[in-house]
Amino acid sequence: MAKLYSKKKLAAQQMKPKKETISFLLNYSKALNMYKVGNSNIEIIAN
Amino acid sequence: MANLVLPDAVLVKNYIGGDESALSTLIQRHQSKIFGFIYSKVNDRDLSDDIFQDTFIKVIKTLKSHSYNEEGKFLPWVMRIAHNLVVDHYRKAKKMPLQRETEEYSVFNYMTDNVLNIEGQMISDQVAFDLNKLLDELPEDQKEVLVMRMYQDLSFKEIADLTGVSINTALGRMRYALLNLRKIIEKNQIILTN
Repeated sequence: MAKLYSKKKLAAQQMKPKKETISFLLNYSKALNMYKVGNSNIEIIAN
Repeated sequence: MANLVLPDAVLVKNYIGGDESALSTLIQRHQSKIFGFIYSKVNDRDLSDDIFQDTFIKVIKTLKSHSYNEEGKFLPWVMRIAHNLVVDHYRKAKKMPLQRETEEYSVFNYMTDNVLNIEGQMISDQVAFDLNKLLDELPEDQKEVLVMRMYQDLSFKEIADLTGVSINTALGRMRYALLNLRKIIEKNQIILTN
């Protein structure tokens, strides 16, 4: 079988946000509650 | 794990219904596309993180307030939010240009304080000390006028009144005091500079 001398091309690294950012968003989502009162929305963030 | 095979629309529906893990799956699925898109526009990792975070805060608020319109697809909708936030960022940056610290540009090149450093303070003290010694070399009447004018900040009229001479005499004494000081400095080759 013929040998392959070319190097395997490195896959371009995917850019991702920081883990802290994702963690913040997931925690924020869990803490946030929104209620509709009339025409306005009330946000409540649980600590 | 089962979330991984569900389409976006179902995950969105589940999230609105209270399934928090659906959001995690949606973020995992699309984070690199959204983050890459933002980074391609702003070229700054930290800023991209900020805009990514703001984008999903808007997504979360819209979904939780049940005002998400399912007409469009999830990813293009999030991309549009991100795009709008990038535009907002550039608008703000145009209004309030931000200079970042680089090797060529440092804000401290333009900012100074007037407080002397230790070396400057020592030189200043030495100059004051030398000058005091030189004043002692002057005739008493000239020294008196110079001290009143320069150290006590009195006007020549006040000096004239206090010393009982005319203003012209006080001015003359000041002139001779300065000429004599210069002579003494030149003669002794004293350097009085900060």
